[in-house]
Amino acid sequence: MLVLSGIAVIILGFLLRFNPLLVVAASALVTGLAAGLNPVAILAAFGHAFNETRYVTIIWIILPVIGLLERFGLQERARTVVAGFGRATAGRLLIVYLLFRQLTAAIGLTSLAGPAPTVRPLVAPMAEALAERQAGGLDDATRERVKALAAATDNVGLFFGEDIFLAVGSILLMKGLLQQFGIVLEPFQLSVWAIPSAIAAFLIHGFRLWWLDRRLARARAA
Amino acid sequence: MIGLPFVYAVAGVLFAVYAGLAASDRRWGNAALWGLVAISFLLGDRLGDIGNGVLVLAIVAIAGTGLARAGRPRAEGEAPRGNAIFLPVLIVPVVALVGTFAARWWPGWAAPKQATLVCLAIGVLIALAAAMLWLRPRPATPFREGLRLMDSVGWAALLPQMLASLGAIFALSGVGNVVGGLVGGLIPNGSLIGATIAYGLGMALFTIVMGNAFAAFPVMMAAVGLPLLIHQHHGDPAIVCAIGMLSGFCGTLLTPMAANFNIVPAVLLDLKDRNGVIRAQAQTALPLLLVNILLIWWLAFPR
Repeated sequence: MLVLSGIAVIILGFLLRFNPLLVVAASALVTGLAAGLNPVAILAAFGHAFNETRYVTIIWIILPVIGLLERFGLQERARTVVAGFGRATAGRLLIVYLLFRQLTAAIGLTSLAGPAPTVRPLVAPMAEALAERQAGGLDDATRERVKALAAATDNVGLFFGEDIFLAVGSILLMKGLLQQFGIVLEPFQLSVWAIPSAIAAFLIHGFRLWWLDRRLARARAA
Repeated sequence: MIGLPFVYAVAGVLFAVYAGLAASDRRWGNAALWGLVAISFLLGDRLGDIGNGVLVLAIVAIAGTGLARAGRPRAEGEAPRGNAIFLPVLIVPVVALVGTFAARWWPGWAAPKQATLVCLAIGVLIALAAAMLWLRPRPATPFREGLRLMDSVGWAALLPQMLASLGAIFALSGVGNVVGGLVGGLIPNGSLIGATIAYGLGMALFTIVMGNAFAAFPVMMAAVGLPLLIHQHHGDPAIVCAIGMLSGFCGTLLTPMAANFNIVPAVLLDLKDRNGVIRAQAQTALPLLLVNILLIWWLAFPR
């Protein structure tokens, strides 16, 4: 039971808005001590894990490309382009992006998009520009909400598409774990059961995006 | 064969350039932070476990106390270009895509398990070279612009890696078994719907705590999925597993612990509310969790 104190540290630390890096380090220390490890062993285990997981931080090498192109007007261009699509709306744009993300993830192309490569430079500014046109100007709260929904759409599309692909990590994890319990399954048997949830995700999130369009239209009328 | 060492070398050199540029602006906190990240990428394998641990402590000390700050706002932009500006953005995913397939069809040149990361790095290098040749900025410009974005992301850039490392400490300390035991003890005996709800809700809650459905899955399977749903109630293992994992993904949408999905985009999009992306996801994640639990209940069990 005592090892759960590290989780309490995380929850309290996030709630009290301490710097998350400090909170994580403190949680590692508390958890390790509660499990009877000595501080040097905890330091070594954390250092080892940090070195082994460096690939997590690799995505940031894309920033010089994005930064350079933004200096030459990338975001402004994205806004201008969607303004040319007469019947486009923020909700419709995000529904199309949701479908694109789900379908590409379902054939294994998870790294085709993401917050740094597509949402910040393209999807968010496009959705913002369209919402602005629909509502005839945006207040700060709505602008934040449209941008947050763009990021949310990327996540929902990725999570509820990738498991349809046979060779994704989670499918292999499931197959491996079941094998340890003496149940042998083919990856296909697992991935096909990701489809009902993928459809539900599209319907639920798509409905919310359609609702966004309605709210923007009402804001214009008001 | 090109593998992770190449990718880490690219990242290490880039962060070293950031450190140099920040130092030339006399922003010592940022210079130290990105310098330490550069050391981790370039020399991490030679530091030893304790050396890496000390490196993490130094990173936390700098980034966690606000010594590294966001830089100056963007200077005046250059003359904007036409729609061709989108092409370099597309180079990265296209190279990552083509390269990943090429690694599968013509094996041998890229380490198979790291093919996507290797191709991502190559894609970035090609895109950068193409953009430099076309736009002809000053040589330092992409790195200054990259540093500006990197500084605005700041400590959040390292949170995902820190949380992944915390997961290793949790695993070492047996946190999963304790949580699994707790959830298992809550289920009313023999109730199928009770066990299904405990399994789906447990996957989501445990993922919220750990930030990762992969960490929650083995624990919940061992505590509830296997003994109750599969053995006692004869549930179809494929359905129990597949939709159980997706119930966990609903939890991923709800937690700041999944920093790379939920916190990093909020920072990248300059949202005022650090939890804004999670708030936008909650109304999708909660109904979807309910649907997933019902799907397991309807589909997995013999009637």
